[in-house]
Amino acid sequence: MAEMILFYLFALGVLFAGAQVVFRRNPIYGALSLVGCFFFLAGIYVLLGAHLIAILQVLVYAGAVMVLFVFVIMLLNLKEEELGEQRLTAWKGIGLLAVAAAAGVIAWKALGPAYPAEGIRDNAAAIAGFGGVKAVGRTLYLASVLPFELTSLLLLVAVVAAVVVAKGKI
Amino acid sequence: MDFFHAHQPQHYLVLAALLFALGAAGVVLRRNAIIVLMSIELMLNAVNLTFLAFSRFPLVREPPTGSFLSGHAAVFFVIATAAAEAAVGLAIIIAVFRSRTSVNVDEFDTLKL
Repeated sequence: MAEMILFYLFALGVLFAGAQVVFRRNPIYGALSLVGCFFFLAGIYVLLGAHLIAILQVLVYAGAVMVLFVFVIMLLNLKEEELGEQRLTAWKGIGLLAVAAAAGVIAWKALGPAYPAEGIRDNAAAIAGFGGVKAVGRTLYLASVLPFELTSLLLLVAVVAAVVVAKGKI
Repeated sequence: MDFFHAHQPQHYLVLAALLFALGAAGVVLRRNAIIVLMSIELMLNAVNLTFLAFSRFPLVREPPTGSFLSGHAAVFFVIATAAAEAAVGLAIIIAVFRSRTSVNVDEFDTLKL
């Protein structure tokens, strides 16, 4: 019961903050709402038993990535007229309808008969140390060590690319 | 079924669907490139939530041993890739802003700077 109360609290926070990101005119409000959204999502991850991922969410997403976003927003320092006006065109309406239909299909499938009515397997209850550093580390370093190493290469390439693209003249 | 009180995977999947729809709506509706990037982050997080939900509540009754946390590993890679994507995307936005003094994606219509 307590889990469900926390879930609805966090879910409302996630959706409210996410809506602020999409519908606020000024991007700095959007960025700060996104930080709040990531914190609420970290709470949801803890409810799912993913303790390591929740900490990574706060450290990497809410910490590092969002600092980058806020930094760029303040670097560009957009004026009021550069933010542009919002118009709801027919194409945007069609896009919104498509998005709503896709989300409806996903939600309908999730609520549908995919899961058995009784006896859903709960890994967090069945396995000790589920989602902790040791278990996830074993999965990362033993089962998926090649993607893990490739990720470090990807990050290196991204750092170099970001510097080369943003600097203009080397 | 006592949907609103029991701890069930469907809650997380529906929340992920709503969050993904919110991010997709941001990509469709907004023309500010920074907000489009942030909406993409929202969509990536919705996918992460789905991975974690299926990792805790798998659809198969008896998963093969050793693979019950591969969803967590996938989320780890998504987070790393999203960080790289944000760095490169923001660098591109800065480079384009320098030549056009605009972040409106409707004006980004040529590859030439």
